[in-house]
Amino acid sequence: MRAIEAPPQRSWRSRFKVAGLPATLIVGGLVLFASLVLAVVPSLFAPYDPAAMDYNSILAAPSLAHPFGTDSFGRDVLSRVIHAYTIDMQIAVFATTGPLIVGVIVGALVGYAGGLAESIFGRIVDAVISFPQLVLVIAIVAVLGPGLTNMYIAVGVIDWVFFARLVSGEVKVQKRLDYADAGRAMGYTPMRIIFRHLLPNAITPAIVYWMTDMALAILLGSSLGYLGLGAQPPAAEWGVQIADGKNFMATAWWISVFPGIAIVVTGLGFSLFGDGLAELMRTKK
Amino acid sequence: MSAMTNHPGAPLISVEALEKRFAMRQTIVGRIAGRLPLAVHALNGVDLAVHRGETLGIVGESGCGKSTLARCLVRLLEPNEGRVRFEGRDIGELRGGERRAFNRRVQMIFQDPYSSLNPRMTVRQILGEALSVHRMRPKAEIPVRIAELLDLVRLPQDAAGRYPHEFSGGQRQRIGIARALAVEPDVLVADELVSALDVSVQAQVVNLLLQLQDELQLTIVFVAHDLRLVRHISHRVAVMYLGKVIEIGPTEALFSAPRHPYTMALLDAAPELDPGRRTRRAATRGELPSPVDLPGGCLFNTRCPHVFERCQVERPLLAERGGDHRAACHLADFGTPAFEPSFTAAEPA
Repeated sequence: MRAIEAPPQRSWRSRFKVAGLPATLIVGGLVLFASLVLAVVPSLFAPYDPAAMDYNSILAAPSLAHPFGTDSFGRDVLSRVIHAYTIDMQIAVFATTGPLIVGVIVGALVGYAGGLAESIFGRIVDAVISFPQLVLVIAIVAVLGPGLTNMYIAVGVIDWVFFARLVSGEVKVQKRLDYADAGRAMGYTPMRIIFRHLLPNAITPAIVYWMTDMALAILLGSSLGYLGLGAQPPAAEWGVQIADGKNFMATAWWISVFPGIAIVVTGLGFSLFGDGLAELMRTKK
Repeated sequence: MSAMTNHPGAPLISVEALEKRFAMRQTIVGRIAGRLPLAVHALNGVDLAVHRGETLGIVGESGCGKSTLARCLVRLLEPNEGRVRFEGRDIGELRGGERRAFNRRVQMIFQDPYSSLNPRMTVRQILGEALSVHRMRPKAEIPVRIAELLDLVRLPQDAAGRYPHEFSGGQRQRIGIARALAVEPDVLVADELVSALDVSVQAQVVNLLLQLQDELQLTIVFVAHDLRLVRHISHRVAVMYLGKVIEIGPTEALFSAPRHPYTMALLDAAPELDPGRRTRRAATRGELPSPVDLPGGCLFNTRCPHVFERCQVERPLLAERGGDHRAACHLADFGTPAFEPSFTAAEPA
């Protein structure tokens, strides 16, 4: 979701294997699975209601009763971190899936067509990457108004470009290979050649980037939440929680730090999973 | 060599004055200075006929335009000038269903066995797709037909479920052949079919192709740079130089009595197994001229040992020199320049 580079083809983390699968895939997968479970049924795991205020324990340090402490309203930080999974995982999926689909389709068409379509697309890419993405998203949200739906729109308007760029580059390579010519000599339609032949060979980097992008989406969602432009208080969302705690950093660090750790762990899960996926999907020669 | 050298009636494919240029990227300075964009002249007026049931070999050095010609024949490339006719129809004018029918009837086999098959499709999917898109068989019979095709190219039945990377180069070429044959074509254009393979495997694949030609009455255009191979399988041979056919004729006539100095040089340059027959004589002078900046007059005049004034100004026509043998050389007007092969011209492989 920021300046993109091609995902690494092979990292040292990918070389460890467990039961024939990349270890990164398994570890990342476990983290993501746990995150999904927390996101779907947070109340099974949260010890308290995330909105319940306990005026007898305001800004309480971590203890057995409140393992992550409480915030300035006496709300249990652990319960809020757990309930925030619902919103933050939703951000990860909703903000990136639309751009993935649109970007893959546009990228495949542009990469295959080349010529004028490619030149126009190139200028769109230039326009988008010449701004820091956060600035662009904030600008769009500022126009549309704060809130999650507007954030999805703002991200979607920009983010598809990165997927499209990855896919169009790959399709450009693949379309020159003989198997594409073989399809043309067979009289297959361009749509069949693009989506049935070229795309399966060109989509891997986009899928891997999708995982990274979900981590970045959580980060962006939290940033906007922190700035008051994304999820709105009193909703439990990690960025909102970090903002809640910023005035108490010196006295009650736990309000901000535990949501921060949740962001790191979830982001790492997506990254590891994407890494493992890249390893798994690499074409055998 | 079968008795296919006589071919009454109209040719199945005829190539008329075919020209293909590839524009080069223009520099900004050039554009400002208003210079004309440069182009690689890949084909410079190719004339050719392919007759039903024959094997036409096309030979020449790398860069002579053989692959470009092959791609024009199956309409993977559109020529800038001239036309390719299939059964008398200009293939550039075929649209929709007619174009699909042409694609079905004229198939191509590619040089590189590693890039010509989609790495993410099994053999069954590759063959099944060709069969179902062209509706070669009702859906229920497609598995049976795939089994037949595997038999036809001598691949085991369990090959169907496997991916291309599980096969050797020779096996992959057989898959490529099976894919082309799936649509029951009349013509196969084979572009350097075996040049990427080990010599031991080359013979198997080539002999398979010859057997299939007999069984299925195929017409084959065989593009290659290996003279011995072309001689082994072709009824007629065309020699290309700088994007032009400079000599064409029945295989034996062309190999034993070449009419064009370039053909002579090419035959002379072919490596000889018997050390007693080897020669140290240089076959031609100089380097292949740039296809961006073609010589005026005869295209071969920069390297020809027999060059004279007329060669500098007038491009020779590909003229009949008797017995279906044509050569584009002014000297051939006065009879053939003496060809003293440094090897004896017998023993087809």
